[in-house]
Amino acid sequence: MTMGIITPRENAMFDDFFLRAVVAGVGLALTTGPLGCFIIWRRMAYFGDTISHSALLGVALSLLFQLNLTLSVFAVAALVSILLLFLQRRQALSADALLGILSHATLAIGLVIVAFMSWVRIDLIAFLFGDILAVSRSDIAMIWGGGVLVLAAIIWLWRPLLASTVNPELAEAEGLKPERAKLFFMLLMAVVIAIAMKIVGILLITALLIIPAATARRFAGTPEMMAVFASLIGAVAVVGGLFGSLRYDTPSGPSIVVAALILFIFSLLPLVRRGGAAAAQQGGQ
Amino acid sequence: MLSSVDNQKRPLVSLHNVGVRRGGRWLVRGVDFSVSRGEIVTLIGPNGSGKSTSAKTAIGVLKPDEGSVERVAGLKVGYVPQKLAIDWTLPLSVHRLMTLTGPLPEPELRTALEAVGIAHLAKAEVQHLSGGEFQRALLARAIARKPDLLVLDEPVQGVDFSGEIALYDLIKSIRNSEGCGILLISHDLHVVMAETDTVVCLNGHVCCRGTPQAVSQSPEYVQLFGTRAARSLAIYSHHHDHTHLPDGRVQHADGTITDHCHADDGHHDHDHEHHDHGHHHAEGERHV
Repeated sequence: MTMGIITPRENAMFDDFFLRAVVAGVGLALTTGPLGCFIIWRRMAYFGDTISHSALLGVALSLLFQLNLTLSVFAVAALVSILLLFLQRRQALSADALLGILSHATLAIGLVIVAFMSWVRIDLIAFLFGDILAVSRSDIAMIWGGGVLVLAAIIWLWRPLLASTVNPELAEAEGLKPERAKLFFMLLMAVVIAIAMKIVGILLITALLIIPAATARRFAGTPEMMAVFASLIGAVAVVGGLFGSLRYDTPSGPSIVVAALILFIFSLLPLVRRGGAAAAQQGGQ
Repeated sequence: MLSSVDNQKRPLVSLHNVGVRRGGRWLVRGVDFSVSRGEIVTLIGPNGSGKSTSAKTAIGVLKPDEGSVERVAGLKVGYVPQKLAIDWTLPLSVHRLMTLTGPLPEPELRTALEAVGIAHLAKAEVQHLSGGEFQRALLARAIARKPDLLVLDEPVQGVDFSGEIALYDLIKSIRNSEGCGILLISHDLHVVMAETDTVVCLNGHVCCRGTPQAVSQSPEYVQLFGTRAARSLAIYSHHHDHTHLPDGRVQHADGTITDHCHADDGHHDHDHEHHDHGHHHAEGERHV
């Protein structure tokens, strides 16, 4: 993606809505790959769901107070993450129940606020399922800029995050700071959800986080390889899904998820998995 | 490694009257012990007696709600936790596990794996290891860091008897070669590692402490388990003189009931004779 040097011909291509969608989607997939790996390693899929549901409250608040949409979604997602950390520490309810409450409460409050604003007409479907074909150049700049920041932060946090995924107490005992890493990780999730909402929508963000990472598991021998593979598999799913949506005239967000699912199913086939899994089994003998 | 002369003399970590409270209940209270360089301290006690809590407080994972913990500045800890569940989705080989919390030169990594006898498993995924192999991998990871203080929470769980003896031999040789302090938690109330310098028996507080009686003095034991076992394991025979009532109060041997029991309350005799535990605790081991 040599965005710096744009020849007139490339420039013309860049104006094409389809190419913009591909560039935006690939940028997002590269970012969600490593985050998605941590989501499945740490069994946080429901957390991802909850934070993305809270995005609708962010949308409603941004409309109500005329705020920047992405900033507003990020702020609500970050607040919900921090509220969750705080409530978990009190240990009154299980994390699972807390997630269920926050997830549906934020979604419902968002919908109620939107309903109250009779003067605003919003396309709810676009927020729920995304509208990647409508991304602008400034959206692309935000996706790639935000993505680079998120990936840099993940690399910086890699060791404490991975160690505390294995065991938080071990990480703490050996001088890493698992609580701080967890807080940063949740904020990164909020950033990615704010960026991703426009593209795949609130309901499909978790799918883009989890499915490429789960697919990568079959081929990866180390956590680092799995993160890289998840990014690449996500990018392939985006390109495949977009071409599919163009060809069969299907909604783009769901098509990307279906493409990711097809790759996941392929990864389960014995023919494909022979390399990675057989090597792992030999090692285990 | 810590090297200043001053640090050599001070205990690596010392707990003074430490209490940890969770959900309105004291998990442990009045815990005193210290671990010095080259010393092996073993914590024993029934489930829920606060062994893990005390060890976690010693290394700073838990904060004490009363009392104080002193650690030497820059203390490097190697920790083998009691329970470790690694999700299947995490592709983690033994080799990668070794550098989990910090980088490690390849020769040192190899040496540590060879020391615990699993060098051949370096490429294996940790989820494919047996319980005993996994314990060895965790131990290798902890010792490869060359820690000042090695904290082992039930390191021999899932390891068969001869493996247990081998691991205890290994722990002893680590202590002798590296000179680190070792804090060991044992699930067994009566059999501890013979090299232990101090045994601390916990049951929500320090019940009693002492040195393990050398096995070599017990011919029946040697006959039963062989001389190799005798060099590694010792019987820690001790006598508990009070009972923990379900409401948290304590009934002493002389029939009196007090709210707590501390070693200096005049109700404890340190008569080290074998005796069954009479604790009425109903709760399981708590993981905080």
